[in-house]
Amino acid sequence: MRVALFLTCVNDTLFPDTGRAVVKLLTRLGVDVDFPMAQTCCGQAHYNTGYRHQAEPLARRFSEVFREYEAVVTPSGSCGAMVRDLYPRLGERARTEGRGDILATTVAPVVPKTYELTEFLVDVLGVTDVGAYYPHRVTYHPTCHGLRVLGLGDRPTRLLRAVGGLELVELPGAEECCGFGGTFAVKNPDVSAAMGTDKVRNAESTGAEVLCAADNSCLMHIGGTMSRLGVGMRPVHIAEILASTEKEPLVV
Amino acid sequence: MSGTFVGMPAFPEAAHRAVGDRTLRGNLRHATHTIRAKRAGAVAELSDWAALREAGRQIKDHALRHLERCLVQLEDAVTAAGGVVHWAADAEEANRIVTGLVKATGESEVVKVKSMATQEIGLNEALEAAGIRAYETDLAELIVQLGKDRPSHILVPAIHRNRGEIRDIFRSEMGAWGRPAPEGLTDEPAELAEASRLHLREKFLRAKVGISGANFMVAETGTLVVVESEGNGRMCLTLPETLISVVGIEKIVPTWQDLEVFLQTLPRSSTAERMNPYTSMWTGTTDGDGPDTFHLVLLDNGRTDTLADPVGRQALRCIRCSACLNVCPVYERAGGHAYGSVYPGPIGAVLTPQLRGVQSPIDASLPYASSLCGACYEVCPVAIDIPEVLVHLRERVVQGGPVTRDGAKVILKPAKGHAAERAAMRAARWVLGHPGALRTGQRLASRARRYRPRTLPGPGRAWTASRDLPALPTEPFRDWWQRTHGEDHRPAGTEGNAG
Repeated sequence: MRVALFLTCVNDTLFPDTGRAVVKLLTRLGVDVDFPMAQTCCGQAHYNTGYRHQAEPLARRFSEVFREYEAVVTPSGSCGAMVRDLYPRLGERARTEGRGDILATTVAPVVPKTYELTEFLVDVLGVTDVGAYYPHRVTYHPTCHGLRVLGLGDRPTRLLRAVGGLELVELPGAEECCGFGGTFAVKNPDVSAAMGTDKVRNAESTGAEVLCAADNSCLMHIGGTMSRLGVGMRPVHIAEILASTEKEPLVV
Repeated sequence: MSGTFVGMPAFPEAAHRAVGDRTLRGNLRHATHTIRAKRAGAVAELSDWAALREAGRQIKDHALRHLERCLVQLEDAVTAAGGVVHWAADAEEANRIVTGLVKATGESEVVKVKSMATQEIGLNEALEAAGIRAYETDLAELIVQLGKDRPSHILVPAIHRNRGEIRDIFRSEMGAWGRPAPEGLTDEPAELAEASRLHLREKFLRAKVGISGANFMVAETGTLVVVESEGNGRMCLTLPETLISVVGIEKIVPTWQDLEVFLQTLPRSSTAERMNPYTSMWTGTTDGDGPDTFHLVLLDNGRTDTLADPVGRQALRCIRCSACLNVCPVYERAGGHAYGSVYPGPIGAVLTPQLRGVQSPIDASLPYASSLCGACYEVCPVAIDIPEVLVHLRERVVQGGPVTRDGAKVILKPAKGHAAERAAMRAARWVLGHPGALRTGQRLASRARRYRPRTLPGPGRAWTASRDLPALPTEPFRDWWQRTHGEDHRPAGTEGNAG
């Protein structure tokens, strides 16, 4: 199976370790991974801030870059949700605005074959035990778009429970937003910080060493809050935990 | 909308104060979390919740699609049943009609049961200007009125107050409005309820004119419906000689049978009850029973303009259950007052900028008062995709575009203060359209990683005020990939494994 890694612009620039972990993990599971260098960004930041017309060419570019692959895998629930939930709507809006079918027909083929990482592992590869080893106490934060738009359900926690040595502890108020929300974190800094602080305090109460999530944007916000509050926890992307093995443990 | 909210600062500034108020945050957190959990339980009891939600969505959409026909049918039915129907295009016209109707009775005071429409148009202030005193009789509204306060929640307007605060308000203010609070009043709920009961009973028995809103209007029979918990509404609807109901035109449903859906979904979504204690219905007038004069004021006030927007019109499906407020993490921290309108929370953030436009600072800031977490959409009993409408309204703020105001198509200019953002978005779009440019930028950032600041300038300052920036990597992913895998589009299966 030949799949393309859509890493997202944020991960590419700020969190390359997550990308390396996805490559390592998928390769270990026998998947042939490619990284099309022409990829950039799904356009979510533009769309969510009100610049829908600026998001359209990015959606077209994405669809052209990934067209030839059997599947597109991304370690980001929110970028996955952008493609799966919002690309069809972008196409539809362009059509109703009298700008033709080009966008709708360009995005249509990539929409159903774009998967968030944990979805791809469980639904497409059919595995929950990926042979990982990570001897730490971990709590899991289900990010909003993964939870509510993609409907990831218990896929991430099933994967985590199968990790050797890992102790999964429940996060109080897990389904509440961490307060990142893209530009929300800058436009409404007080509310965003209050939400982030509550998330961190809840995580702290579990006694976990690591807060894990399937989206680095949320982890950047939560981790930045942890660091500022002086909380001794680490934010770690789920891909890095799943890639970690006894022979090649995740080095933090 | 209500004059009491005019001149509000933008949402972030208003929220800043609320976030810093520990009592308020405690009150809100306690109240919203309690009802949130109860609602989830009440909804889970119904195996056909998803079907009810879809039915509610379709009934409302159908009514909105045929709004004109439904309203004329309603008018005919109300008139045939002995009522009088008035049409009000905006707040001013509605206030003029109601004030005139009250004056014609010769009365100088009215009792009111919770009506968001009358708060939206600032009716109490208009009545006061005409020398008429309006007494709020819903318990929470009474607390708000006595405290010279503003409502902060759709269902529980005094949610921001705790028991101790309510006791203090009753003790110090009740006397000026009528029967004073009993001596030695404590903050026990039963005592507080009794104090308000005695105070209000006096008003009900004296009032000749009642003013109400309605949760639903049934087109085929001309029936109005009020759903409530206290019974104070029923007192207002039945005791006075004259009843004036002010209702937004979107509250209409085509048939009596449609109510079966909403009488299940509304109580469970709002108070987490299987059925609300009082459901009052009235159709025109009946000799010897209830008010002998009935007026229905149908309020537009921006609703048909909202209906003209294909994305935004879904906000008119709202049945005012407030489930979206109770799950919203932003509402929980910012409080209802920060939304600058009688409609707070996620639904207010999409409804208010459509009814009022996005010209004022508060209205232009409302579409951004959300992290787009989607919890509101998940709980909405009529499936309003609030995140979708929020993003749509953000587009209206930053890009402008065609909107309908007062029935005419106008082209809105982009709101001021977004020039830098617009430029940044354009620049980002260009870079992201050119992978080579993105790569150059990434490399520059990685090279400058040692100079990562603790405080960012400009809009980034808000980020670093409460969070630390992540460490920049030594090498972006794409450089690593190229170093270890070569250029892209390699033939499948010819490359060694990545480590």
